[in-house]
Amino acid sequence: MPLLRFIAGRLVKGVIVLIAIATMNFFLIRAAPGDPASVLAGEAGAADEEFLRQLREQFGLDQPIMTQLWIYLTDIITLDLGFSYRQGRPVLELIMERLPATLLLTGAAFIFSLTLGIIFGILAARRVGKWSDTAITTGALFFYATPLFWIALMSQIIFALWLGWLPNTGFRTIGAGYTGLRHALDVGMHLILPATTLGLFFTALYTRMMRASMLEIAGSDFVKTARAKGVPEGRIVRRHIARNAILPVVTLAGLQAGQIVGGAVLTETVFGWPGIGRLMFEALAQRDYQVLLGVFFVSSAMVVLFNLITDVVYRVADPRIEVGR
Amino acid sequence: MSVLTIDNLSLALPKLADRAHAVQGLSLSIDAGETLCVVGESGSGKSMTAHAVIGLLPNAVKPAGGSIKLAGRELIGLTEGEMRKLRGRDVGMIFQEQMTSLNPVMRISDQILETFESHRMFDAQQRMRRTFELLEEVGLPDPKHIARAFPHELSGGQRQRVMIAVALALEPKLLIADEPTTALDVTTQAQILKLVDELRHKHGTAVLFITHDFGVVAEIADDVAVLQNGLCVESGRAQEVLQNPTHDYTKRLLAAVPSLTPPPPKDLSGEPDALIVRNLQKTYGGRGFFSGGSRKVVAAKDVAFTIKRGETLGLVGESGSGKSTVGRCILRLTEPDDGYIKVGDTEFHGVPPRQLRPLRKRIQMVFQDPYASLNPRRTAGRIIAEGPEAQGVPRADAEKRARELLELVGLGASSAERYPHEFSGGQRQRIGIARALALDPDVLVADEPVSALDVSVQAQILDLIQDLQKRLGLAILFVTHDLRVAAQVCDRIAVMQRGEIVELEPTAKLFENPKHPYTRSLLAAVPGAHAKMAAA
Repeated sequence: MPLLRFIAGRLVKGVIVLIAIATMNFFLIRAAPGDPASVLAGEAGAADEEFLRQLREQFGLDQPIMTQLWIYLTDIITLDLGFSYRQGRPVLELIMERLPATLLLTGAAFIFSLTLGIIFGILAARRVGKWSDTAITTGALFFYATPLFWIALMSQIIFALWLGWLPNTGFRTIGAGYTGLRHALDVGMHLILPATTLGLFFTALYTRMMRASMLEIAGSDFVKTARAKGVPEGRIVRRHIARNAILPVVTLAGLQAGQIVGGAVLTETVFGWPGIGRLMFEALAQRDYQVLLGVFFVSSAMVVLFNLITDVVYRVADPRIEVGR
Repeated sequence: MSVLTIDNLSLALPKLADRAHAVQGLSLSIDAGETLCVVGESGSGKSMTAHAVIGLLPNAVKPAGGSIKLAGRELIGLTEGEMRKLRGRDVGMIFQEQMTSLNPVMRISDQILETFESHRMFDAQQRMRRTFELLEEVGLPDPKHIARAFPHELSGGQRQRVMIAVALALEPKLLIADEPTTALDVTTQAQILKLVDELRHKHGTAVLFITHDFGVVAEIADDVAVLQNGLCVESGRAQEVLQNPTHDYTKRLLAAVPSLTPPPPKDLSGEPDALIVRNLQKTYGGRGFFSGGSRKVVAAKDVAFTIKRGETLGLVGESGSGKSTVGRCILRLTEPDDGYIKVGDTEFHGVPPRQLRPLRKRIQMVFQDPYASLNPRRTAGRIIAEGPEAQGVPRADAEKRARELLELVGLGASSAERYPHEFSGGQRQRIGIARALALDPDVLVADEPVSALDVSVQAQILDLIQDLQKRLGLAILFVTHDLRVAAQVCDRIAVMQRGEIVELEPTAKLFENPKHPYTRSLLAAVPGAHAKMAAA
């Protein structure tokens, strides 16, 4: 099976890339002025040399840097991402606790933008030059050009404050104690604004790309062949034009999918969404390096994974691509 | 009764086009089982005629009078829905670009099945059986295997066979073929022509065959109609028109078809060797960590030849034979794996890139596609002057020289200020030639320089190349797939197959007495090779 061999090969390469990334992150953090011990000591307010030395010894910071790196890398391979002394819990546990919320948010945004982008792109291309095409392309340009945080704030003002249709921030209604279906509905209502906000940029991108791609494919020789066969128009659009036009969108979707863990910092912060993005933001503010390193690592692992998935999906979508050559 | 009758048809072009009608007052008819060839150069309206019949005209082109009757039924004025039901069922069409005419992401079987599904013919089982029958009928080996394949897994000839299977799936009364063999190799072209011919006899299909090639006409046409600028200037039985053309334009077109009889040889004794190539090797592919060294393509293997000053050596072969690669390797645009190349008295191989740059002026290239090979954002003068300037000639001198060269290739010095899109295909090729000559090369590599041009323009460019050779003493490596062209311009011909030169002889000798079986099959496949044509 060439596909299995390809996946195996890519996984091996992926591991190498991840080790390289982990190494770089490790040195990046060390490049910041002051070591974790001095930060801890500074915050504890008792920064005499003896205390610092003790701290360094306790955390292994007195060992040669290469030894530290080696320990860090071997730990990572066993999925031990370290311990957050600030939160008093293992980093992996912290990340795993936040991961579902982020995946829910980014996954919903992903599906939202892909579906809507493709539909709008097809609609615009079928009505090229008419007012509906102009409306769609103008809308796409607007959301393409507008900064995410502004859309986030505006949607909060309009839909949460003025209209009162949707909750403003958070993951669920605090203190309501909903369970089962009622809980899911509650989370869903909280999800709408952040997911839409996060997805709009990519919706615009997919719309524009799908439209351009549709128009290009519509002029292809094989579309003419299909017409000459007497294939009905709707089927030509579906099976011949859209089916081929979607290929560049798949490439772009792979890019978005790569951001599925690390790409929602802003949205999570504005909407108070308890995900990885906020964990990272807080860790950054508190110099919680272990957590930061852990988030970096998990995000990059996801990028590598989704790149691989994109390539496999692409191979299924386009039989001309022979993966691995 | 005739299957197709076109009467006094006019097709209106949009207002800003260079003429009012794509086709004007065209009348023709085809009987069942007969082939009508519509011949003309680019822009003659022949393709528009074909598209009008199947109702697939571009949006800007509209019928402006006349009638098109298919088996007695008027087609002009039918709604799109009515026309759609007719397409595929009563009229089938095959196109020129077999590489792009099939949906790249659909299996072959699905593309044939779709024809049945669209017209709601047969049940699922019958459709599948009929698909296999069709693939078998168009001469594809192993139909079960082909049916599961995707288009990119088939060769050009195989794809065109699939196209024919699609077009004939519902046994239409009329088959329209729009230059279906133009993009194919000669031997494949001969097979496809034979297939179309057999099938129309077998099923009594009327064939409307669009072509620019009188060789093809001689091969398959019962009737012929010659189009010039949208007007039918001559029509009649094919034999009659080919042998006794009455209209001047037909005569000119026929005269422009290069003859397969070579002109008398030039006297080249005493001329020095301008290009020596020995032991040239080039293999593509087979690299990469995970690919495991499979899929090697040998593009050049032990290629060796010598060209004298003033001589033209033809390099002929089919696509994939390696002839273009050899051309590019000699210029070192593609780096050969190994080999000895000597231009004049300078060894060209193994020179490091930096030192190669000043030597490059000694050997220059003319490319196939006059549209893609000129930078659209630069004027003709700049395009030509760029080479000398890169070699250190002052800008003013280079531009003066560019204007002289434009005169030399027959365009006039004033064209220096114009951009490529303001020129026709033939004129662009003249610019391409002037660009190559700007560096006063000893050797010219011409890679299919006329195959994108109409036959009358082709003749002019060939004359120009030969005239320049005589004046400047150029040695020319002429890469071509067209044996008619090779017969007229080459002093000697090297036949290439799978990266190897299988035969290298003086042109007359090669045509009279081809020794290698591959050479013989190439010669036999030239369309119209045995037909009598006026003035040819």
